[in-house]
Amino acid sequence: MLTVLIAMFALALGAPVLFSRLGRSAFFVLAAAPAAAFAWLLVELPGVLAADQSAPTGAPAAPPSVVVPWIPSLQLELAFRLDALAAVLCILILGVGALVLFYCARYFKNDDPDVGAFGAQLLAFAAAMFGLVLADDLILMFIFWELTTILSYLLIGYSRHRLSARRSALQALIITTFGGLAMLVGLVMLGQEAGTYRISEILADAERLVARGTLVDVAIALVLVGAVTKSALVPFHFWLPAAMAAPTPVSAYLHAAAMVKAGVFLVARFAPGFSETAFWHPLIFVLGMATMLLGGWRALRQFDLKLVLAYGTVSQLGFLTMVVGLGGRDGAVAGLGLLLAHGFFKATLFLVVGIIDHQSGTRDLRVLSGVGATSPVLFAVALVAAGSMAGVPSLLGFVAKESVFEALAHRAEGGLAGILLLGGMVLGSILTFAYSARFVWGAFALKHGRARTTFKRVRVSFVLAPALLAVASVVFGLWPAPLDSVVQPYATLFASDGAAPHLALWHGFGLPLLLSGITLAAGTALYLFRRPFERFQGRLPSMREAEVVYRSVIGVLDDVAVWITGRTQRGSLAFYLFVILTTAVVTPLTALVIFDAPLPTGFRIAQSPAQVVVAGAVIVGIVAALRSNKRFMAVLMVGITGYGMAAMFALHGAPDLALTQMLVETIVLVAFVLALRSLPARLWNRAESRHRLLRAGLGIAFGGIMAVIAMSAMASRNAAPISLAYPQLAYDDGGGANAVNVLLVDIRAWDTLGEITVLALAATGVASLIFIRGRSDHRRRADGVEDGSVDRGQELLDARGRSGAALALAARFADVPRDPWLVAGRTLAPERRSIIFEVVTRLLFHTIILLSVYLLVAGHNLPGGGFAGGLTAGIALAIRYLAGGRFELAEASPVSAGTLLGVGLAIVSVTAAAPLLFGGAVLESYILEFWLPVFGDVKFVTSTVFDIGVYIIVVGLVLDVLRSLGSEIDERSESDDPVEEDSGADALVPPATEGIRP
Amino acid sequence: MTVDITLIVLMAVFFAAGIYLLLERSLTRVLLGLILLGNGANILLLSMSGGGGKSPLYVSGTPAEDYTDSLPQALILTAIVITFAVTAFMLGIIYRSWVLGRQDDVQDDPEDRRVADQPSYDYEDDADIAADTTEFSDDGSAPEPAGTSASGGDRADRPEDTP
Repeated sequence: MLTVLIAMFALALGAPVLFSRLGRSAFFVLAAAPAAAFAWLLVELPGVLAADQSAPTGAPAAPPSVVVPWIPSLQLELAFRLDALAAVLCILILGVGALVLFYCARYFKNDDPDVGAFGAQLLAFAAAMFGLVLADDLILMFIFWELTTILSYLLIGYSRHRLSARRSALQALIITTFGGLAMLVGLVMLGQEAGTYRISEILADAERLVARGTLVDVAIALVLVGAVTKSALVPFHFWLPAAMAAPTPVSAYLHAAAMVKAGVFLVARFAPGFSETAFWHPLIFVLGMATMLLGGWRALRQFDLKLVLAYGTVSQLGFLTMVVGLGGRDGAVAGLGLLLAHGFFKATLFLVVGIIDHQSGTRDLRVLSGVGATSPVLFAVALVAAGSMAGVPSLLGFVAKESVFEALAHRAEGGLAGILLLGGMVLGSILTFAYSARFVWGAFALKHGRARTTFKRVRVSFVLAPALLAVASVVFGLWPAPLDSVVQPYATLFASDGAAPHLALWHGFGLPLLLSGITLAAGTALYLFRRPFERFQGRLPSMREAEVVYRSVIGVLDDVAVWITGRTQRGSLAFYLFVILTTAVVTPLTALVIFDAPLPTGFRIAQSPAQVVVAGAVIVGIVAALRSNKRFMAVLMVGITGYGMAAMFALHGAPDLALTQMLVETIVLVAFVLALRSLPARLWNRAESRHRLLRAGLGIAFGGIMAVIAMSAMASRNAAPISLAYPQLAYDDGGGANAVNVLLVDIRAWDTLGEITVLALAATGVASLIFIRGRSDHRRRADGVEDGSVDRGQELLDARGRSGAALALAARFADVPRDPWLVAGRTLAPERRSIIFEVVTRLLFHTIILLSVYLLVAGHNLPGGGFAGGLTAGIALAIRYLAGGRFELAEASPVSAGTLLGVGLAIVSVTAAAPLLFGGAVLESYILEFWLPVFGDVKFVTSTVFDIGVYIIVVGLVLDVLRSLGSEIDERSESDDPVEEDSGADALVPPATEGIRP
Repeated sequence: MTVDITLIVLMAVFFAAGIYLLLERSLTRVLLGLILLGNGANILLLSMSGGGGKSPLYVSGTPAEDYTDSLPQALILTAIVITFAVTAFMLGIIYRSWVLGRQDDVQDDPEDRRVADQPSYDYEDDADIAADTTEFSDDGSAPEPAGTSASGGDRADRPEDTP
């Protein structure tokens, strides 16, 4: 059984290849798959029917089953079980499926580009349906259920250039998925309540479950919602007529024989056991009856043959659901009989309509005329099928309907509900007869005043599939015994009430026969008086169509979505920040109030008076930064707060922080000046930016809440800090006296590893933001650069007066024929040079670099470390750049920034991973003690190597910042036209030019 | 734990000023706001270490309580350097934004505004189409207006609802 299922899916996967080789004839190959499966079914059938249908899987008399464990912890398993009900459905799915695929070979054009995908989808659909009816696990069944939904969506939307097809496909998808989700909830509720997801076990346990009451009632009702949407019952019926936008073979298979039967199948699956739950009968009878009558009524008003059939199908589905949902053996036998009969005749009729459309180019019954005479075979086939649908004696439809009437007549004796049901069904059957007659008349009659429709000759292979199905309607009508034996085993699942219902042509004289007679007579009358009846229908006020309701619901959903999106996604960053920050203020505040957060008891102004003084200065700096309208003034003020921070750190007993903060602040200032020199001096041009008070309010609220959180956090401490042990730990195990540095490179080295990766990324980011194309790591050396060519024209010097004199002086100084202080100093424009700066740089550079190395090496025991050392080296580079221009920077760095970053990351990574080779943990450090000639006893800690990597990466970062924000922008400014330089000229006071301004 | 009011006040001022600047439109001021926020966060970490004390440079025999807490210091040190990297990156962005658009402002996202202003009418969902009665004609599909896209501006049947 699993093999059959997998083979069908596999063939579906390979189908597109077949189609590209064979063209439309590949459908014959595809048809062979369900045909072979059908043969397999016929072989299995005797065993299935002889089995005890209620026996648990594994019992000797149980129906054939396969269980493959899937996710045991979730109770999910691939459980399949071929019982009698599944077998009945399989007859339709495989038999009709094979015929429809066969028919497709003549229906589609050879050169249709999408036909390969179509064939694959149709076969996959057959396989999914097959899996659905075989599934013995609720979740597995749901998976197949949704698989059919999705394939149906694809198949309806086959003609994707047609808007109607796309829209109908989506509509069908939304509705059936909605039902599917409701069903999933119901299935999970049921599975949880039962403690198993195995369907056969749940059914065996039904009595106990039903006694549980409401929960199971609701679960079953939700499952029925799935069935109702899938089987297109009121109020979801409208998707089915709309789905007629699908190619006709799809309509024949999915929307008549197979998929819509999934809902009926679900009802049939749960009817033995759950038909007595609270919502079962009301739901099924009310919706079923409404659907049956509405569908029949609407079918009589349609002019498109396919829509006549579609509404007819809607009507029949209502009918089927009611009968299958009756509960009891008579209902079971009649329901399955009707299910098979409907599958045979409705598929036939759709295939006939497909042929008519294919040969004549229309399905409009007002246009078609005289087709019956042109194509008598087709006419005969259609007549048989329509007769079966109408319930004409001796055909299968009649046999099934007789059983239904008999079952209902039984119940009608029971009370009003039964009588209403029976009356409704008779009325529905009369409508069915009338629209069947209308179909045959519309498709084949020679209409008064209409020319004969041109109708191409129908090939035998095209009409073979519907003809076979029609033959089935005749044969099983005259000889229903085989079908009877197929449906009987399912009925044994219901409690016996003494009577033995059977599918038979002749039930004897009685109420059913009388009702059939009435149906025939009244139906004929309704057909004969169709014109007065149509006028009568036209006069009735038309009900609001369900589809219009659906579309307005979707429309409202769209409106709400657009409205909410428009209100929340306004495109303003400030607005988003505002929302986020307000949340960040309100949420902790609420939490603090609700959970009664502790507040501190001990306060003091400060530990030392100096802190108050520094804090006061910093606050003054902050206020000045807020109020400043000059760009560099604001930057400078923020810089002051940074230096203030360094002082605070120092006062707090954190020398490492003070050192690092000082260095960073300096480099940040340089970076700011370099990057912003081409921007205007003023910060804002508009008179005043908006919402000032609001921003100020939010800022103050945020500051306040942070203060409260901080105090509350401090008051909440109830354990000793883990860091108490760190200094000792750092000294003993980390081999360093500076606890902060050992923390960075050893105890918490993972943090640092992450951080320096971010640094490398940021450096690359800066470079790529400025250079646009790649990192441009190529260093341009000073050799061959013309003297005085760099930064020429950057100073706005007057030719006369003091500026002129300064320029003349500078030019003379530049001409002095002696060794330059700096390697690339000569490349600078004369007015850009400063001898004092160059000399100072010459003197300081190596000293600073030495200092940085000292900081790096000593950092393990004294303030310093890789970060501080790297930043110090960076400052040395910055001085070289400022004094000597961009070629000086290139000369100062022996390797490119990218290489530095790469080498640094490599060192760090190797240091991190190396201990693994020696059986240690990642980032573990070792203390090595050895003797060196000059140094004597040396204590070397391996984490120093890690720190060296950090140092190199920081140098790389600073170098990247300098060459991007410095060198590259210099070069761009030189090539810009001077008018634009004007705007930034008064803001631009690069420190390097101070020297030549007299 | 004793609370140092000076530190708390300084932190609150840093945060308040940082948020104020962050909500500005000028990119430079947004960046300055970020730096101030970073400083505020560092003070917050610092104040969590309790009062100051001896630098965490190990001297044999000193009681553990006498040192300042070294853990927040390591965190702050990391934060300082990261803030530097982020600042440099932001400076790159500001420069680019100036070079490309000659503006130093946070701009509204026009794409978001377009989405917000779009009508809920959608040709694909809402247009009226004629019923087909055959699959076998090439022109059987409903005539679609030329240039209709998913968010076509054709809205004959719904009133405008501009926000």
